[in-house]
Amino acid sequence: MSSNPDDFELGSHVGEDHVAGQPPPDTAHPTLRTELRGYLIGLALAALLTAASFWALSEHVIYGPGIVMALIVFGLAQVGVHLVFFLHLTTSPDNTNNALALAFGVLIVSLIFFGSIWVMYHLNGNMIPASAFTQMRGG
Amino acid sequence: MNAPSTALRAGRDPYHMGHVPATGEPEYTGHGGGGPAPKRIVVGYGFWIFILSDVILFSAFFATYTVLIHARNGGPGPRELFDLHNTVQETACLLLSSFTCGMASLAVGRRNLLWTEITLALTGLLGVTFLMLEIHEFLGLVARGAGPTHSAFLTAFFSLVGCHGVHVSAGLLWLGTMMAQFPAKGFKETIRHRYLCFSLFWHALDIIWIGIFTVVYLIGFLTP
Repeated sequence: MSSNPDDFELGSHVGEDHVAGQPPPDTAHPTLRTELRGYLIGLALAALLTAASFWALSEHVIYGPGIVMALIVFGLAQVGVHLVFFLHLTTSPDNTNNALALAFGVLIVSLIFFGSIWVMYHLNGNMIPASAFTQMRGG
Repeated sequence: MNAPSTALRAGRDPYHMGHVPATGEPEYTGHGGGGPAPKRIVVGYGFWIFILSDVILFSAFFATYTVLIHARNGGPGPRELFDLHNTVQETACLLLSSFTCGMASLAVGRRNLLWTEITLALTGLLGVTFLMLEIHEFLGLVARGAGPTHSAFLTAFFSLVGCHGVHVSAGLLWLGTMMAQFPAKGFKETIRHRYLCFSLFWHALDIIWIGIFTVVYLIGFLTP
């Protein structure tokens, strides 16, 4: 990979965008038009998903108990849009380490978040109710 | 295999991976086989690790909020407290600032000082507007007696959203520094790497905010 330090395209790239397993093509510098288009697509998709989240809550078009699941799906989709269009996370070789680190981060975040909810839910479920406790003391 | 000669092949492919093209870089570039990565890749990777550790920090706050959402000490819950119009405005500010930050990245990539400063100023303005909306919301809650000391739920709320607000403040400070350094020091490699880290940080803050408006405000609003 030729890496002339005066010659790189910054963008907000986590890594370089090119086809996996191939060196970057000679026209490695994307034009302003293509890069701008990427950001505009990202902005439009993110705005659409945000609007969908607030709409799902305010209008009663989704079956009540399903709204939470819809909100989670919209949220995760928007995170994906941001990662791809704003942070430029790709599957190219330069990005392999970034993607692996992200996968590990997602694992830890899931363990902490869902693990805490799971443990605390069952902890509450197994507690002796306050009323039973006072009865035991009294009796 | 179209290797030009056995000798050359042995030199370029010491472990006999068999991925040596006749010319150019071996195919395993980027998998640790092509020598050291460019500095920009290494800098981006290091800062990406920091961002992921920051996300893990936030995940603990998210878990705390979700676990404590019913611990209200007889006080008000999300439905009585949150004004979703305010949340919509905050979300719009942060999303647009993430976009203008991307525009600044394009300007930095083209070494255009004027557009760099304009887009960074817009990013900063949107960030300040976001902070103002958040501070206004916090002060309103405290004035109604729903401050962080009232219940475990409110402590968790103020910790999570406040921690994000502190991150945005730090980002604004960094943004101001970048706006000063581009004119003063030019588009040097170190400065552009610094900007790369800033843009990663700013985009990541918007990703955290997606979690906040979904879990804290919207799902909170659904929780009786």
